[in-house]
Amino acid sequence: MSLQEKEVPILSSETIRETASPFVIMSRRFFRHSSARLGLFLLGILVVCAVFAEQIAPYDPIVPLKNVKRRDTACIRIFGCPAEESQHLMGIDGNSRDLFSRIIFGARLSLQIGVSTISFAIVVGGLLGAIAGFVGGWVDDLIMRILDVLLAFPSLLLAIAIVAVLGPGLINALLAIAIVQIPVYARVVRASVVSVKELDFISASRALGASEIRILFSRIMPNALTPLIVQGTLGIATAILSAAALSFLGLGAEFPTPEWGLMLGEERNSVFNAPHLVFYPGIAIMITVLSFNLVGDGLRDALDPRLSNVN
Amino acid sequence: MIQFLIRRLFLILPVLVGILLVTFTITRLVPGDPCYVMLGERATESTCNDFKARFGLDKSIPEQFGRYVLNLLKGDFGNSLKDRRPITTVIAERLPMTFELTFFAMIFSSTFGILLGVISALNRNSIIDTLTMLGANMGVSMPVFWLGLLLAYVFALVLKDTPFQLPPSGRLSSGISMAPLTKVWGIQDATGVKAFGLSFLSNSAILNGLLTSNYKLFFDALKHLILPAVAVGTISLSVIARMTRSALLDVLGQDFIRTARAKGLRYSVVIRRHALRNALIPIVTIIGLQTGGLLSGAVLTETIFSLPGVGSKMVEAILGRDYPVVQGFSVVIALIFVFTNLIVDASYAYLDPRVRVK
Repeated sequence: MSLQEKEVPILSSETIRETASPFVIMSRRFFRHSSARLGLFLLGILVVCAVFAEQIAPYDPIVPLKNVKRRDTACIRIFGCPAEESQHLMGIDGNSRDLFSRIIFGARLSLQIGVSTISFAIVVGGLLGAIAGFVGGWVDDLIMRILDVLLAFPSLLLAIAIVAVLGPGLINALLAIAIVQIPVYARVVRASVVSVKELDFISASRALGASEIRILFSRIMPNALTPLIVQGTLGIATAILSAAALSFLGLGAEFPTPEWGLMLGEERNSVFNAPHLVFYPGIAIMITVLSFNLVGDGLRDALDPRLSNVN
Repeated sequence: MIQFLIRRLFLILPVLVGILLVTFTITRLVPGDPCYVMLGERATESTCNDFKARFGLDKSIPEQFGRYVLNLLKGDFGNSLKDRRPITTVIAERLPMTFELTFFAMIFSSTFGILLGVISALNRNSIIDTLTMLGANMGVSMPVFWLGLLLAYVFALVLKDTPFQLPPSGRLSSGISMAPLTKVWGIQDATGVKAFGLSFLSNSAILNGLLTSNYKLFFDALKHLILPAVAVGTISLSVIARMTRSALLDVLGQDFIRTARAKGLRYSVVIRRHALRNALIPIVTIIGLQTGGLLSGAVLTETIFSLPGVGSKMVEAILGRDYPVVQGFSVVIALIFVFTNLIVDASYAYLDPRVRVK
């Protein structure tokens, strides 16, 4: 039998197996992990709370309520709360405000804190890292050595020292946290830039007449996107924790902002007589940070298999 | 090995200069004329000029920086604005507490971290593994100060009048006190480094108790340290457990483990002598890298358990605008951090000969 006689299948959209798009492959890898699914689920709840805070929260988070007992415990209908009393899912705080409403509004603030500080750190750090990696030479040395000094301090303590200079306050605290995070992103971007800048497709772009700026931003930088997304997600978790810590110490958000760390700090002396006021804000912080950590780990697995652990 | 250490020491120099520059700038960036900050709003021009001449503030910035560095090398950190005491004295008072806390937190986190990591790796993908790793994920996500408050609530209130009751705050129970070692040992003429060292040892309740055979003091101090150390160490414990698990799994998949088993060695021997020893390199690194986190955690925990350490003093100094104290403590903490990293690198080179030859 000659070759020509053999029946050759006709290639058409029905006969060839469809190859999945990179996005589909990525999401498949992401959703393979139950921990990543859990993280995304928790994050979803948080985003809903943040976006619809006004609709979900039964009371105003700032204005004190009348006819309630300060630091009262929760009163929930299905657990036998009498009909003549108003319902408070998490009880009342030390200033006669509904704790549940404050926690819900805190979700909005915490997500804003995490995203804004990390965006700032990514933009500034990314730019510095890109310049250092792309230009090289003494510019590289100068930028990276200065950033090394920032890494020589324990991060929270450096943030505290920066707040000491800028003065306490939420904005200053966020700025401090962002500054502390800058070296991380500079290193990530620099590493990607250095690894691709000598490759052939860059020389090809240059030969075609692309400007250096264009080469840096539209040819080299896209390569840094993957590690930045992973590092950024994990960074948001750190930023939220640090912001809560600074507020807890009285160096961040100020009364009466519904910030979880501040709520904990305000009520830390009533831990023995009203533990619910300490318990709920902490749980809220933990769930938020946990969700970003789980999603970050999942993304790392999905986007860059080389980075993930063998297990 | 020595060559490696010398090379690393040289690499640290620029970082040290950077740290000094940063801490020097901190006090220079503070808004307001230091003269008016210290002497009050109504200070006249001539008193201000005297003041500036006395503290060298009329000199050029590079000269001021040089003077600052020279003073630091001589061990002169300046005086606290609040009570005019030398900052070295304050450091000798406060640092031992933070050292004790960080030390015990590190012991707690590495012991249990490695243990849990090994258990998790050996029972890979079992329910034990899943639960341990979920616990570790929750551990890294917990705010230290929240965990501290919860521990205080559980061990001081819920478990009250049981053998597990632990003190929720303070460093020593009332009625127990520490005697300065200079008094106990009858040393009167201690100056300079010797005085600093003696004061440092005296202020460490644990060491003081051991050195003077005052075991009541020793155990009381230890009891007060348990809850704070657990609170500080939990994040590191989780990180170490995760690292141990993945490092051990990595090693267990390699050929020489199979060879060792094939030779007929017992499983426990293979794990202990072959696998764990090789997995130790990344674990040691991660333990060393936790120092910064532990120091940060100590700052937060000291304020919760009202322990007289560096952290509580630093927060107090920031809120009271006592900048020389902030500056002095920042230098000390950064130095500790940098030198721990150096020790980590050295132990890394010791454990893995490949690192020495670059």
